[in-house]
Amino acid sequence: MIEEVAKAGLSVNENIVIKKNRYVGSDSKNPSGKRVCVVTGIHGDELEGQYVCAKLANVLQNNLALLNGTVDIYPALNPLGIDSITRGIPLFDLDMNRIFPGTNDGTMAECLAADIISDISGADICIDIHSSNIYLREIPQVRINEITADELVPYAKMLGCDFIWIHASATVLESTLAYSLNSIGTKTLVVEMGVGMRITCEYGDRLTDGILNLLKNLGMWKGECKPVKEPIISADRAVGFVNSGAAGIFIPSAKHWSHIKSGDAVGKVIDPVTGNVEEYVTSPCDGIIFTLREYPIVYGGSLIARILGGEENA
Amino acid sequence: MRRKTLYSLRSPYRESMDIIGFQFGQGEKTMCVVGAMRGNEVQQMYVCSQLVSRLKDMESSGLIADNCEVMIIPSANYYSMNIGKRFWTMDNTDINRMFPGYDLGETTQRIAAGIFESVKGYKYGVQLASFYQQGDFLPHVKLMETGFTDHELMKCFGLPFAFIRKPRPYDTTTLNYNWQIWETQAFSLYTNATDNIDEPSAKLAVDAILRFMSANGVIKTKIPGGYITEMLDEKSLLQIHSPVAGIYKSFVKTGDEFRKGDILCEITDPLDGSVIRQITAPSDGIVFFRYNRPLEFEKTVLYKVIPI
Repeated sequence: MIEEVAKAGLSVNENIVIKKNRYVGSDSKNPSGKRVCVVTGIHGDELEGQYVCAKLANVLQNNLALLNGTVDIYPALNPLGIDSITRGIPLFDLDMNRIFPGTNDGTMAECLAADIISDISGADICIDIHSSNIYLREIPQVRINEITADELVPYAKMLGCDFIWIHASATVLESTLAYSLNSIGTKTLVVEMGVGMRITCEYGDRLTDGILNLLKNLGMWKGECKPVKEPIISADRAVGFVNSGAAGIFIPSAKHWSHIKSGDAVGKVIDPVTGNVEEYVTSPCDGIIFTLREYPIVYGGSLIARILGGEENA
Repeated sequence: MRRKTLYSLRSPYRESMDIIGFQFGQGEKTMCVVGAMRGNEVQQMYVCSQLVSRLKDMESSGLIADNCEVMIIPSANYYSMNIGKRFWTMDNTDINRMFPGYDLGETTQRIAAGIFESVKGYKYGVQLASFYQQGDFLPHVKLMETGFTDHELMKCFGLPFAFIRKPRPYDTTTLNYNWQIWETQAFSLYTNATDNIDEPSAKLAVDAILRFMSANGVIKTKIPGGYITEMLDEKSLLQIHSPVAGIYKSFVKTGDEFRKGDILCEITDPLDGSVIRQITAPSDGIVFFRYNRPLEFEKTVLYKVIPI
């Protein structure tokens, strides 16, 4: 059942409407009363979650008898951004994922944010699916703030992602959807995978299976589940950042999600005018490349790769 | 006056971007003013350029105080300005959300780090700021409350209003916030223009900054005029939202005083021209902020009002 979560009038004969698709299981013999929310599309240039929402909706719609509880799917928290290939909300300066929990006394965007929080609040689990931006490709991963790691890691393991990145807390992140929901007791997992403006079906299929596995573990799903892989957890491991030191075109030589040794080549930056190599980019540590640059033009400082180091690098 | 390149960034396709600072006087790092960090902050750059011009004359007349060094940075992001973008040219990030910066980080983190290395350590810092909401403001000075900067110093600008803002999480990566963490008494100064040059408010801003410098012994001359500043908590402003979307026609402008029940604006249907709603004043007040676009959404903040 399609429901409106938030709505506001746009200038000319149109409303912005944030919708969700609610699936209520018909397995009424043992109603769990549980609710899981799957949300995506805060950033309008991140589309990987579109595929997951569509696929999950299709599975649930055809198997309601196997569902015990409620699954709410929110495919587009920033519908105008997705529609216009805009990362933020058009005509609004701030990143939508920096205005939560919102306020009903604020701008239109802040009012929408408050309505979204109100609607998701109280769910047993919320999964917030992000892609990377257009510049970087990410391996499927769950990102968890260190202050909620103990509580969330057991659920994150159920999602079938390659690894779980437990990152340090930062004040600026306190205005994200995930932080806001976790701070009011609604457990929220952030998934990052793929690249902006594209859909990687392999990753989407895997995450959909992972969400069904999570539902099964919560006692909400009686259908078949594919086994999920055991993720690597970043705790006690260093994450190495590789930034370009030069401006030019980045040509990768290392493969995404491959092992690399300290000093091995990640790629090179070349000058498009002269053809000269401006920089040979190398890995700062032994590990696995979980982030790799997708967009070729770089300035000094552009992120080239992130390397998940071994335990010895902690 | 000494013109210095504070930070330089290479591009594969453009001439390098050199962030230029103008230094006056010698001695202790006393006063730093930063202008445009976003590509549309033309007024903010203009104010700084006028300040450079005035300080150049003052320096040649020996009016910069002894043992005081002043730095003015008119534009920290002319790459975006030259191509008509508000945020960073390639990845659309905001330099003013990257402080204190990181010299081994991403491009705008490196730019922020380069700027911060040059601006930290000054006793006083002023940023010519612009706001994320579209509209006209009364010129004012704002202090982000971190517990470091002395509130009373805001009166030295002689602007009609001064505001104290409680920082929100996204404020913690701005220049103003980090300046204070590194023990600079920092202020944000807002004129009533961004994309366009408004001469009267630019002159007001230049005079206000010079008045502050005079009051704190940085320059050896008096700047006449100025207001008795009213200090307000930002939370005391009353926000008036639009209950409907449509074409917005305001009957008041910034600075206007109104009475409860006065009609502030009307919203008309953009297709048939009928008046959908007239918005009346909920109480007596002064228009501090006015939305300035013809089209507005439902829930748009149309006015911020100083209650009287």
